[in-house]
Amino acid sequence: MEPTNSKTALQAKEERKDVTILFAGDSGDGIQLTGSQFSNTSALFGNDISTFPNFPAEIRAPQGTIAGVSGFQLNFGSVELFTPGDLCDVLVVMNAAALKANLHNLKLGRTIIANSAGFDKRNLSLAGYIDGNNPLSDGSLGKYRVIEIDITKLTREALKETSLGTKEKDRSKNMFVLGFLYWMYNRKMEPTERFIQEKFAGHPELIEANIAVLKAGYHYGDTSETFTTRYEVKPAPLPSGVYRNIMGNQAIAIGLIAACQKAGLSLFYGSYPITPASDILHELARHKNFNVRSFQAEDEIAAITSAIGASFAGNVGITASSGPGIALKGEALGLACMLELPLVIINVQRGGPSTGLPTKTEQADLLQAVYGRNGEAPIPVIAPSSPRDCFSMAFEAVRIAVEHMTPVFLLSDGYLANGAEPWRFPKSTDLGTIKAPIRKQNPKDDWQPYTRDERGVREWVLPGTEGMEHRIGGLEKEDGSGNISYDPENHQKMVDLRADKVARIADFIPAQEVDQGESSAALCILSWGSTYGAIKTAVRELRAEGQDVAHIHLRYLNPFPKNTGQLLRSFGKIMVPELNKGQLVKMVRSEFLVDAKPLTKVKGLPFTATEIKESALKALQS
Amino acid sequence: MSTNTENKLTAKDFSSDQDVRWCPGCGDYSILKQVQTILPELGLKREEIVFISGIGCSSRFPYYLNTFGMHSIHGRAPSIASGLKVANPNLSVWVITGDGDALSIGGNHLIHLLRRNFDMNVLLFNNEIYGLTKGQYSPTSPEGKVTKSTPMGSVDHPFNPLALAAGADSTFIARAMDRDPVHLREILLEASRHKGTSLLEIYQNCNVFNDGAFSPFTDKQSKADNTIFLEHGKPCVYGKDGNKGLKLDGAQPVVVDLSSGDNSLEDLWVHDKYDRFKSGVLMRCFDTPMPDRESLPRPFGVFYQEDRPCYEDLLQEQIQVSVQRKGQGDLDKLLKGTNTWEIA
Ligand code: SF4
Repeated sequence: MEPTNSKTALQAKEERKDVTILFAGDSGDGIQLTGSQFSNTSALFGNDISTFPNFPAEIRAPQGTIAGVSGFQLNFGSVELFTPGDLCDVLVVMNAAALKANLHNLKLGRTIIANSAGFDKRNLSLAGYIDGNNPLSDGSLGKYRVIEIDITKLTREALKETSLGTKEKDRSKNMFVLGFLYWMYNRKMEPTERFIQEKFAGHPELIEANIAVLKAGYHYGDTSETFTTRYEVKPAPLPSGVYRNIMGNQAIAIGLIAACQKAGLSLFYGSYPITPASDILHELARHKNFNVRSFQAEDEIAAITSAIGASFAGNVGITASSGPGIALKGEALGLACMLELPLVIINVQRGGPSTGLPTKTEQADLLQAVYGRNGEAPIPVIAPSSPRDCFSMAFEAVRIAVEHMTPVFLLSDGYLANGAEPWRFPKSTDLGTIKAPIRKQNPKDDWQPYTRDERGVREWVLPGTEGMEHRIGGLEKEDGSGNISYDPENHQKMVDLRADKVARIADFIPAQEVDQGESSAALCILSWGSTYGAIKTAVRELRAEGQDVAHIHLRYLNPFPKNTGQLLRSFGKIMVPELNKGQLVKMVRSEFLVDAKPLTKVKGLPFTATEIKESALKALQS
Repeated sequence: MSTNTENKLTAKDFSSDQDVRWCPGCGDYSILKQVQTILPELGLKREEIVFISGIGCSSRFPYYLNTFGMHSIHGRAPSIASGLKVANPNLSVWVITGDGDALSIGGNHLIHLLRRNFDMNVLLFNNEIYGLTKGQYSPTSPEGKVTKSTPMGSVDHPFNPLALAAGADSTFIARAMDRDPVHLREILLEASRHKGTSLLEIYQNCNVFNDGAFSPFTDKQSKADNTIFLEHGKPCVYGKDGNKGLKLDGAQPVVVDLSSGDNSLEDLWVHDKYDRFKSGVLMRCFDTPMPDRESLPRPFGVFYQEDRPCYEDLLQEQIQVSVQRKGQGDLDKLLKGTNTWEIA
């Protein structure tokens, strides 16, 4: 319950359109839970939200060190949001290392909420503050507003009547922070109280303790003299409907299941553990009651080849990995292309090359997906634009693979995989159907395994089908019969037929739309993949400032939507921001002969809307 | 798998319309013929059988059989077959592979296939050479083997494929040869009847690049003294007139002369294919016959067999349990998740 205190009414309430909070602390500080609780409560309240967690690369990095800092960034607002925010308005730090690691992410003049107990000598030295200088007291944070609270002490204080040990008491200090922020942003505590009751069901002493600390945090804001401003972030005008939260990897898993259900086929998922794709395997393995066969293979090659075997037998074969794992799958992709069987390959891209930056995001595998195989081996490539779009594009990947009898690449990345946002989920009946070209009966005596329909697609005849025994393989095959053929004319024909089949998929995907702006704008920003949110935000602001900018975001990268070239040619200038050294820009320049210019970044981090804005303004002036 | 008793198929029904293109005299011909001969014995329909191969001379095999088949990529047949079997456990699945395909480039997949124990048959054509690439040494070529890639002789220590299979806990381990069609057919049938992954190593003569690699075991004159044909429950007898036998001295196999009168049949080792430890000793009988000294005979037949649940059955069970617990998947429930809110 929200306490009513006479003081509350006196305190000022400032309205904010959107706020970005970054929670940071040791992995053991409950940062992810605090962040997700605040997100859920804000979503329930009706704000739009976008979140992104930041885990340390090492599983058990030493406590109190910079390497051990875990973070959770949350952007919530009364307006539509498309990113977890560039820089934050509030930085919550549980110790000195968390401050040191994240101070550069805070806007000047904004708020630091610091647990002063995390700034003792030991913590300061672990964080590398020279000579034990305490930033909270040495004046170095003069450009920010610092709210110092001894959260550890106040938490213990709130629990002094309980029988819990000190360690157990300290474990609930994240609830103090949460309570304080609920006060600061005028949030109700009930959703979190309900969560605590469910989480600790059967342990009444823990329920009581966590709720007591949550309330203590709230009351502290209310009664503390140090702080006089509260903020209000009104609900966002989101389309009406029922929402849930969704993360990118989870959305991919659900999208795959939904598509296989719609196709009436079983899902086979062959995969080898790799960051940041493993969560798809975990999610799918939980849904065996949807006839999901998840297979943890001995290596990346077995992961994809087992999926090819499953597709041969009539399942939708699916595999996922990240950069280095995708490289290992290359040969098998060529086989799938040659066999003309459905297959979905998901690349949750990360920083490369080689092992690179496993926990960081990048978009540097686009050319690998489009061109990275021996021989002429075209494969459709599509890419989601946001965590919830991962659902739609996973569904699309299965649809294209099954209906066009081809492997399909789905390019996600680390940023989408772990990012979360509200999703107005569809009803199963709203989803399209997927029609597999399976032939169950021999139509005529001269049936051939590589006969094609008007779309250039062959039929899928499963082992077990009477009278239709046939052999397929990786050697070049004779047109129609599929028998081995080394004939030069036939090879030319087959290469052309396979390329044509993929090119014609353009007839079965939506036309490209302009996301914002006029198709005659002075500058078009062309994007793909996870950069959508930052660019959308930047273009909105630019347009609000009167700049003549448009935004086109591609979700289909091979083949491109049919009207892409025509659209691009209508702009004065084209800028292509990518988290690589310029890959899509090469493709559109060669495909459409347009003078597109790259904007590249390879820091393992997403673009900020500010970076895009600045570059756009420069491009407009040049 | 349904059985087909009405119109029994013949070997001819299993041969495809493709011309067989191995070198004349290649051991592959005999193996193809024996496989085509035993397939009608399985009581299956043609469409219920799938042959999956990798790359190499032997891997052309599926093209010559009128069943479903896939000639895939180098070394990967075991994992393709694994996915296939998961997707449709009712199919009779055969993996065709060679020493380079299974033990070199595909070694990882083979051992994992064996430990998982999918119900399928692996025919490993061992010719101790790379034939398709024209004569380089393989992971089963003996030390010192002179080939195009080892002009001074190979310094690689070769694999003992059966010991390797045992190390991966294979549930059926057997050896046969191209030159003994009757025995080959018998072992092929045993392999096909085993529920689990059957590994059958077949000595296959590559008469172009490694002619006579197995002649001590296959030639009329030397075969009897250099080979022993294992039979479950029978004493280990061999030799021209059945005059030799194997005895176990502790954990050591010893050759005994039955004609000398010192040993009788009762003293011999009785082969028990269900005995993991003793079958291991037989797999280690891997001597190269030498004219100047007595060596252990090379065993053929079924070395080891074990009953162990198959991967695809265990997976199906989990799917069923999951359905029992949670009900048949409800897509709308999945889409909705556990935590929702409404915006009016
Ligand atoms: S090269 Fe050797 S193994 Fe290959 S087909 Fe010719 S004889 Fe047979």
